[in-house]
Amino acid sequence: MLVIDRYKCAYCGACISVCKFNANELVETFVRVDEEKCTLCKMCVRVCPMGAISVEE
Amino acid sequence: MDYDYDVVVIGAGPGGSMAAKTCAEEGLNVLLVEKRQEIGAPVRCAEGISKEGLERFFEIDRKWIAREVSGAIIYSPDGTELKLSSEMAGNEVGFVLERKIFDRDLARMASKAGAEVIVKTTATGMEREKDGLRIRLKRMGEDYEVTAKIVVGADGVESRVGKWAGIDTTVKLGEIESCVQYLMTNIEFDPDFCHFWIGQKYAPGGYVWLFPKGESSANVGIGILPTMTKKTAKWWLDRFVQEYYPDGKIVEFVVGGVPVTGPIDTAVSDNVMLVGDAARHADPITGGGIANAIKGGYFAGKVAKEAVDAENYSKEFLRRYDEMWKNDFGKTLHRNKLLQKKFLKLSDETLDRLIRSIAGYNLEEISVKRLVLELIKKNPKLLWDIRHLFT
Repeated sequence: MLVIDRYKCAYCGACISVCKFNANELVETFVRVDEEKCTLCKMCVRVCPMGAISVEE
Repeated sequence: MDYDYDVVVIGAGPGGSMAAKTCAEEGLNVLLVEKRQEIGAPVRCAEGISKEGLERFFEIDRKWIAREVSGAIIYSPDGTELKLSSEMAGNEVGFVLERKIFDRDLARMASKAGAEVIVKTTATGMEREKDGLRIRLKRMGEDYEVTAKIVVGADGVESRVGKWAGIDTTVKLGEIESCVQYLMTNIEFDPDFCHFWIGQKYAPGGYVWLFPKGESSANVGIGILPTMTKKTAKWWLDRFVQEYYPDGKIVEFVVGGVPVTGPIDTAVSDNVMLVGDAARHADPITGGGIANAIKGGYFAGKVAKEAVDAENYSKEFLRRYDEMWKNDFGKTLHRNKLLQKKFLKLSDETLDRLIRSIAGYNLEEISVKRLVLELIKKNPKLLWDIRHLFT
């Protein structure tokens, strides 16, 4: 499962731009993930400037 | 049918506000929608713009400007300094904006020209409605809909408008600068210059910048390419700051992704035009995006007026927006994308050599073109394959 650390996230939207599956969305000041669409490809994990995203097994 | 608006603009950054302002000035009925509760905050930007980029469209208001600079200093990995400065002292070449003030003022100008502006309202989707579009909006939890002939997507790096309209703007990992910036005080630097540190040593696939906002405060930031390092942008910036400005105080955090894809094939679809970061209009070498966003917003506004007059909102008609931005800054985006690819392949030692080859020169014109031409002149063998970009 994709986990976004809301204390680290600075809601910049970088993770949304690299998601091929439209699985995430920047809702005003937080990122929402649609687990149905997320394939755990980790593109968002790698782009996050803050290191706020991780995959929990 | 009757539409609620001629144009709905999604996103009130410089590109969106400029589009709304232009539409309103052309007499169109326009709505500008911003999802945040404040326009201009949080900023996701280093705030630098050339003087020319602003002057083309505005009578410059001093309160937008945090600091003027007369040149740039580039530091190569071994510390060699390359100074680019305008010939005449006091001849300012660039501005570091106060985006919180600038963005709000631009939205205010749009509103003064007649645009309706709403904040804390998110566009959640859109669909075709006869010749126009029905746009779903959510305001403080309440869903409602408006109809429009045209939607301008100025919704930033995280753009959804393009995806809804079938324009594929997904950014690859190697095409986005992952950026962190601190507004720092209590640091020492030459406040008349913007400062750039280049090389893998500082910022893999990007650079470190220091843009003065005052005598002792500055935007100190970094962009890295996620394909070139496993560490985060924040890790790299902290490392730099610890070494160079250990006594500096961080008073603001700025985070963002800058799309550096180069020009996309098309920024239009039926009833839709994209501007600014949503259209991936940021420069692949400098990362600068404000000037292009403003130009794109202006062009989109003009084309919206033509489309409304012609009652034709098809993508074929809107392609004239593509033509306008491509003829204006599209060529530079293309050239700088190729330059970026070339420079990404150079080692730190090669960068040192390049910078050293022209370090003693006083380059009076400050532009990527001037700088690279000089580098090619001094290093023809090393850079022979990019010569053609400038002929």
